[in-house]
Amino acid sequence: MNKSRREFIKLSAIGAGGLVLANPLLNAMIGQVNAAEPMDASKIKRFPTYCEVCFWKCAGWVYTDEKGEIWKIEGNEDDPHSNGRFCPRGTGGIGMYNDPDRLKTPLMRVEENGKQTFKEVSWDKAFRFIAEKMNKIKEESGPESLALFKHGSGGAHFGKLFKAFGSKNITAPSYAQCRGPREVGFNTTFGSNINSPEPVDLENTKCLVLIGNHIGENMHNSHVQEMSKAIDRGATIITVDPRLSTAASKSKYWLPIKPATDIALLLAWMNVIVSEELYDKNYIGQYAYGLEDLQAHVADKTPEWAEKITTISADVIRQTAREMAFHAPATLIHPGRHVTWYGDDTQRLRAMAMLNALLGSWGRKGGFYFPEKAKVPTYPHPGYPPVNWTWKDHLDGTYALADSSIANVFVDMSHPENESDYKIKGWFVVGTNLISTIPNTQRTLEAIQNLDLLVVVDTMPMEITGYADIILPECTYLERYDDMRVSPNRFPNVAVRVPAVKPKYLSKPSDWIVRKLAKKLKLSKHFNYESYSEVIDWQLKQMGSSLAEMKEKGVLKMERKTPMFIEEGDYHEFGTSTGMIELYSLDLEMEGFDPIPNYTPHPEPPQGFYRLNYGRAPMHTFGRTANNPNLNELMSENCLWVNPFVAADNNLENGQEVWLKNQDGVVSDFPIKVRITERIGKDNVYMVHGFGRANKKLKRSFGRGISDTQLVTNVMVDPIMGGTGMRGNFVSFVTDKPESEVIS
Amino acid sequence: MRYAMVIDTKKCVGCSDCVVACQNENRVPIGYCRDWVIENAKGTFPNVSIELRSERCNHCENSPCVRCCPTGASHYEEGGVVKVTRHECIGCGACVQSCPYDARYSHPDGFVDKCTFCHHRLQEGKLPSCVSVCPTECMYFGDLDDKESKVYQLLQNRDWKVLAPEVGTKPHVYYLI
Ligand code: SF4
Ligand code: SF4
Ligand code: SF4
Repeated sequence: MNKSRREFIKLSAIGAGGLVLANPLLNAMIGQVNAAEPMDASKIKRFPTYCEVCFWKCAGWVYTDEKGEIWKIEGNEDDPHSNGRFCPRGTGGIGMYNDPDRLKTPLMRVEENGKQTFKEVSWDKAFRFIAEKMNKIKEESGPESLALFKHGSGGAHFGKLFKAFGSKNITAPSYAQCRGPREVGFNTTFGSNINSPEPVDLENTKCLVLIGNHIGENMHNSHVQEMSKAIDRGATIITVDPRLSTAASKSKYWLPIKPATDIALLLAWMNVIVSEELYDKNYIGQYAYGLEDLQAHVADKTPEWAEKITTISADVIRQTAREMAFHAPATLIHPGRHVTWYGDDTQRLRAMAMLNALLGSWGRKGGFYFPEKAKVPTYPHPGYPPVNWTWKDHLDGTYALADSSIANVFVDMSHPENESDYKIKGWFVVGTNLISTIPNTQRTLEAIQNLDLLVVVDTMPMEITGYADIILPECTYLERYDDMRVSPNRFPNVAVRVPAVKPKYLSKPSDWIVRKLAKKLKLSKHFNYESYSEVIDWQLKQMGSSLAEMKEKGVLKMERKTPMFIEEGDYHEFGTSTGMIELYSLDLEMEGFDPIPNYTPHPEPPQGFYRLNYGRAPMHTFGRTANNPNLNELMSENCLWVNPFVAADNNLENGQEVWLKNQDGVVSDFPIKVRITERIGKDNVYMVHGFGRANKKLKRSFGRGISDTQLVTNVMVDPIMGGTGMRGNFVSFVTDKPESEVIS
Repeated sequence: MRYAMVIDTKKCVGCSDCVVACQNENRVPIGYCRDWVIENAKGTFPNVSIELRSERCNHCENSPCVRCCPTGASHYEEGGVVKVTRHECIGCGACVQSCPYDARYSHPDGFVDKCTFCHHRLQEGKLPSCVSVCPTECMYFGDLDDKESKVYQLLQNRDWKVLAPEVGTKPHVYYLI
């Protein structure tokens, strides 16, 4: 991309500039009080919140000290997401507030001396600019040409603004880049989505099966807690992972599978369970549709067949299948979360759902429970205007089974090559760094160049902020009210978020930003309140509580109305078209896909290349926390896990910096340090996602480690729901500094 | 009374929550820590195992740090908690050198600091911060003189170890293995 209209502006051009290397002594001066003396307990206050450092949304308490500054954040004991214990990121959420690199004022892209730069502007000027552009787009091509990419609670406020403005083109990368395939895989089997948090009864499970799911490295808080209790109880854990993950290290069986062959293993497990008649006969007899088809389908998918594909011995396959059956129905094949791997992910997740079905674990203790969600009344507002089209019209029936919008399709609709009638001209990007969430960065950047408006709302400078026309600084969750947390769980509950401190700098809560912008757009009638606390208080009063009461409690628990599990003697109706558990999927058949999953071989790394795998670290949430002073200190960069044989073959030493080059010739912007470890096999390398930040304004994380997303240029799209499979990329090592131009 | 911490390495996931919680609770400046997490891997792929454990001051019964402190700032509290009285500490660092576990650091405000077993919380009847935050509940805290206590029971019923027993410090942080 040369001389583009929307150059990436190095944010260091404004503000302090200069790269400060992580230095504990320098960091020590940030925000944290070095108070040696005990605090005056009478001055300590606490405020309820729910955490926004990840999507688990744990409820807890923010404590402020005698100066009114945040002292610590702890879990709320009544909260089923945290049970009184926050994860390291939630505990370190204080660093989001204290981070001196936060976005501080609205910034506008201007041209000065032939060079683009960001200039500080007032909120009013920012709103006038945005409203003008929005109205222009509306006049020229209709309000639907504005799209919203969102993540987190801030995004919800913007969703309302979009609907009031006349666009339902709203999306979140958490579907097609993450959990979408499992929703479709389970929905086509049980007629129910998984949603968040996953309704898995880890608390009572006797056998937990993890397919590439690294609980403990992903800190899905209550699940980590429950897995630990399962370990205490002596539950069997079976982990399938090419790497000795933390969970694998705690498992009775670790199956170091050859990457990309999971479906073969799942089919062989079903072969054993069906051919040895180990399945739950009553449950299957009563509820399942298509057992004979499945029997015929897996008849030749023997453990011996799978051993050749997966490298897992036939004996181990039989043994683990029998162990699962032994503990059934308290056997849980965990659906996982980030499952967009190879493009046939919906089918893999369906195979996992079917295995759960054979073991009778859906709706059973130790398997999956039926969650319940609190009903919260909507704050009264006038109806939203009708829209003329949405992203669905653009897709015209493709990905019909996707039950949520597909972020990468929005990129397609914004791209100059889009020839359909449905064109997107402007983006709001709220709380999501699209550059590192949507694969194929180049294409995203081409789409960005084609936009008439790009508004970015965030707490921190990210790569995406560098491409914005206008940047709006959102305050952190610790400084604002938001919608109540209403998540399905074992019992219905809501949690409130109340500001513990005032917004720092000129940052503002999203609800304020939306209200002010709505005024400029003459849409104020939709936002009929002065502070968001009024909305929450009104809702709580309808529910028989109040904001005042919730400031004391934080979490409101309610009674269940329906049974948590299928009860003995009860008949359960499933949400599929047959009303039964579909081992043979009629929906998939109708859409022209395999009604029962098949194993298809995937490409293997060419000579000298290794499959690039990536995952999570417990102290970070993607790139969001890389610059957080408290969490950066725990892990300031990712490293590249390499098997000792691979290291020897490539003359690599522990700690050596290498660049990576992928199969398409893309070289990483930054180097990464090699970590030679026996925890990984010879055909793949591994790194934690979220590092290699390319925005210089992120002083602690700029250029530390590398971004896996940058190397994911081969995207295997799931034909069923449009998910972007990202694990078919292969890398080789570059040991000398490449000459290619680095962004910053 | 003899306070002890018992940490189950079979449950620890190495998340470092114990580190962050301690830093907040005790206002440990960023860049320093009173506790930290270690990963030890053994074997060759695919026959590998790892041990994860959270380490801190061992509140040794026979503490080289208390013995070598020239001012008496390093001392024992009730229950065997090893503490530093800040205003008596001259920051000479003798204790930092003598600790075989590297558990002490020189605080930028001029004194030596380390884990206190959250003595201030114990006095309020609360558990140490790291123990109460740990998502896996792999840490237990209590009185080893009390045979009913969970810590006593665990040491009776499980295999355990202490760190560097050969140096004779008699640590009071135990690891279940
Ligand atoms: S899991 Fe951790 S980061 Fe996520 S919401 Fe809970 S405490 Fe916050
Ligand atoms: S908080 Fe608990 S699980 Fe996490 S590292 Fe510390 S001891 Fe281990
Ligand atoms: S007991 Fe208290 S001072 Fe010691 S490591 Fe744990 S939190 Fe820190």
